[in-house]
Amino acid sequence: MLNRKVIDLDPLKRIENELKKCVKCGACRANCPAFAAYGKEPAVARGKIALAQHLLKGDIELDGATYAAMSKCLLCGSCVEKCPNEVPTDEIVMVAREALAKERGLTTFHQAVGRVIRNRRLMNFGALAGRILGPLFFRKVPATSGLRLRFPLPFVGGKRHIPQIARKPFMDRHPEVIPGEPGKPRILFFVGCMTNFVYTEVGEAALALFRHLGCTVIIPKDQQCCGLPGMSGGDLDTVRGLAEKNLAALERYEADYVMTACATCGGALHKFYPAVIGRKHPELMERCRALAEKTVDAAVLLQKLGLNPEETGAGDELRITYHDPCHLRTRNITRQPRELLTATPGVGLAEMAGADRCCGLGGTFNVYHYDASMRINTGKTEAIVATGAQAVVTGCPGCMMQLSDGLHHAGSRVRVLHTLEILARRLRKTP
Amino acid sequence: MLDTRILDELRKIVGTDQVATDRQDLICYGYDATQMEFLPDAVVHPGSTEEVAAILKLANREGIPVFPRGAGSGFTGGALPKGGGIVLVVTRLNRILRIDTENLIAEVEPGVVTEQFQLAVEKLGLFYPPDPASLKFSTLGGNVAENAGGPRCVKYGVTRDFVMGLEVVLPTGEIIRTGGETYKGVVGYDLTRLLCGSEGSLGVITKIIFKLLPLPEAKKTMLTIFDSIDGAAKAVSAIIGGKIIPTTLEFMDYATLTCVERRFSLGIPAEGRAVLLIEVDGDRDLIEKQAERIHEIIRPLGLVQFKVAKDAAESEALWRVRRLVSPSLRDVNPDKFNEDIVVPRSKVPDVIRRIEKIQQRYDIPIVNFGHAGDGNIHVNVMIDKQVEGQEEKAHEAIAEVFRAALDLSGTMSGEHGVGLAKQPYIHLELTQAQVAAMQAIKKALDPNNILNPGKMFPVEI
Repeated sequence: MLNRKVIDLDPLKRIENELKKCVKCGACRANCPAFAAYGKEPAVARGKIALAQHLLKGDIELDGATYAAMSKCLLCGSCVEKCPNEVPTDEIVMVAREALAKERGLTTFHQAVGRVIRNRRLMNFGALAGRILGPLFFRKVPATSGLRLRFPLPFVGGKRHIPQIARKPFMDRHPEVIPGEPGKPRILFFVGCMTNFVYTEVGEAALALFRHLGCTVIIPKDQQCCGLPGMSGGDLDTVRGLAEKNLAALERYEADYVMTACATCGGALHKFYPAVIGRKHPELMERCRALAEKTVDAAVLLQKLGLNPEETGAGDELRITYHDPCHLRTRNITRQPRELLTATPGVGLAEMAGADRCCGLGGTFNVYHYDASMRINTGKTEAIVATGAQAVVTGCPGCMMQLSDGLHHAGSRVRVLHTLEILARRLRKTP
Repeated sequence: MLDTRILDELRKIVGTDQVATDRQDLICYGYDATQMEFLPDAVVHPGSTEEVAAILKLANREGIPVFPRGAGSGFTGGALPKGGGIVLVVTRLNRILRIDTENLIAEVEPGVVTEQFQLAVEKLGLFYPPDPASLKFSTLGGNVAENAGGPRCVKYGVTRDFVMGLEVVLPTGEIIRTGGETYKGVVGYDLTRLLCGSEGSLGVITKIIFKLLPLPEAKKTMLTIFDSIDGAAKAVSAIIGGKIIPTTLEFMDYATLTCVERRFSLGIPAEGRAVLLIEVDGDRDLIEKQAERIHEIIRPLGLVQFKVAKDAAESEALWRVRRLVSPSLRDVNPDKFNEDIVVPRSKVPDVIRRIEKIQQRYDIPIVNFGHAGDGNIHVNVMIDKQVEGQEEKAHEAIAEVFRAALDLSGTMSGEHGVGLAKQPYIHLELTQAQVAAMQAIKKALDPNNILNPGKMFPVEI
């Protein structure tokens, strides 16, 4: 190939050593939701790693077929968890996407994602516009209080069931510092976009619970999107900007913890900031690591601070099942939410088959591969319904959206709730 | 690159979506766990026996090599498209066709993942014992073609011992059935046994009839640590000599223990030199007695630690020691050659001692673990391919290890097969007359040498 242009492989070179660790044993075939949906090797971790290796060797290009393979990943980390050689395929896919974005440009969708997540004001406007224009585009789905598109929009397939946008974003409802009792922990609340604009009740529940424990809760107004939607599209420049803003926002206050109620945001702060941003920008590594160390999931922190769900949680009988969000499971957070939930009066937990399996959302995966995403989701929906539970409970607003979509399509009336909503039920009823 | 005419014919047979020729797709079907790589010309995913037959007819007519492939998790390159041709992936044929609880048999397609099949029969109180380490992702077709083993084989036997019948597409495209659904059957040659372990060189397996067993009521796991390799080896013979056949007798040598302990700090006693992971299964009261009896038998043999799991969670914790071996090995050196010699079980200490000498002579770390109960030892020669001369040295050391196994009435490979990886050594074990007999069979079934050519035998027919 004489007239081949030189492609920029710097991103991949950063992870060359990680690529060498893969021995192509095939263990990832057992755990990859994308592979389960497609059944072909380019969709599985081992295949993507082989392609990344060949990119570095220079015998394939950052072309459509490479793009197609790299796009078939939910960044769920299942392969990493079960890999005998601990190959970080999720990080490898992110940098491969970075290389692809550099070479091919960001997709129109990811350009739009970047514009939105870089700009809080735009996001606020979007939320406002969504509320006002909503009825034009959406019709209400009464059963689940969600919305359904009246006709397809770009990037949003006609089939997608969208949750309703909140009347007032969570962060606009509260002051930056909500003082607690002296001597009690000071907690920085990293809210995340889904909680701020859509599932505000999750934010309210978190706030109520930590105030109940006497904590000072600080919600820095200048916090941004965690950046994971950009990371999943390879838009690392945007993510770097966001990470720097978030680092600054969260470093402004002395605090004991940075708390997240969104598994995805938690995963970004805890894992991907050091692994992807820190690796690319060594000057940020130390700050990323310090933030990662402070970051803790709300349920884990509640348990650590000794929350007694008997004082705060639901009183009514409620049969639930629990879904493990990938970005909690891969951080070994599976036991704590279950322990809190089962200690809540009236709550009965019926485990579903494959509670640890990905719901199929995969950040922006569901946008490009909606059908595969819902194929992955079908097994999940069936497992939820089979438990006979009244509600499926989870720790990630992203999963909540995907689970609602799947249940809605299946005509199920099973409700979708966040762990914190159950734990804070009594607090929220009697303010 | 195949002619457009041939690609069009392939597309007509399996559908356009099921023929891939993009370089990216070819790369993704050109590797396996050997880490060797070859690029095929096309990857084809047939959806039925008839499609497999049509592909083979076409390939046979045109003289195009065909490489059958399941999960591509083999350790010897059996599925690798060396020299180019068509990779024939059977993973779309992934249905469990029936589980017959009256006759204790099941019929499956080759693309079913081993563990999925095990879970399906266990739901009905039945049992399919073969348990290769790759069972969570390997396919049953691949298991049969490679005659896979696993830890439980010491009591139950290998994959071959559970195969009753096959549907096979011959290299010329004919579809035949071998064996059947009855335990007895002596009409004609036993082609079923010939095909088990034939490494995809004699036919493409499209259906398998398996024998099943009743699922044992319970199992009991014991982790035992000895102060010498001899103690552990004597324990193996003493337990079996004591008329107890455990389900599993997994062994780890000192080098393996050191690796695992250094990486994961499991608290293995410092005086420990070898580990035996023992599992018994059967009726609940029987296995209680067996566990006590085993303790009595091995106590005088330099036993440093004896742990019995009380429940499934504790059993899993004991197995963890074994499962952590693979990830720890990389700390020794980045590259490994994983060989799987077998010796009669009483000769395990002898072969370990010989390997120790080989290790010293060649100055390369060799880590041994595996299935002591049937004398099947995984010999891991750990090297760094970046260091000049190490790979050559490793090959010489491996040849020495094979000679040692053969010298002790053993074999070069108990589970992994020959494929490409062991091809250069096959003359150490097989005489010319043996090879000639095998090649005559190959030639009779595959006159144009299109099915998985260039494997197993070093010389082309």
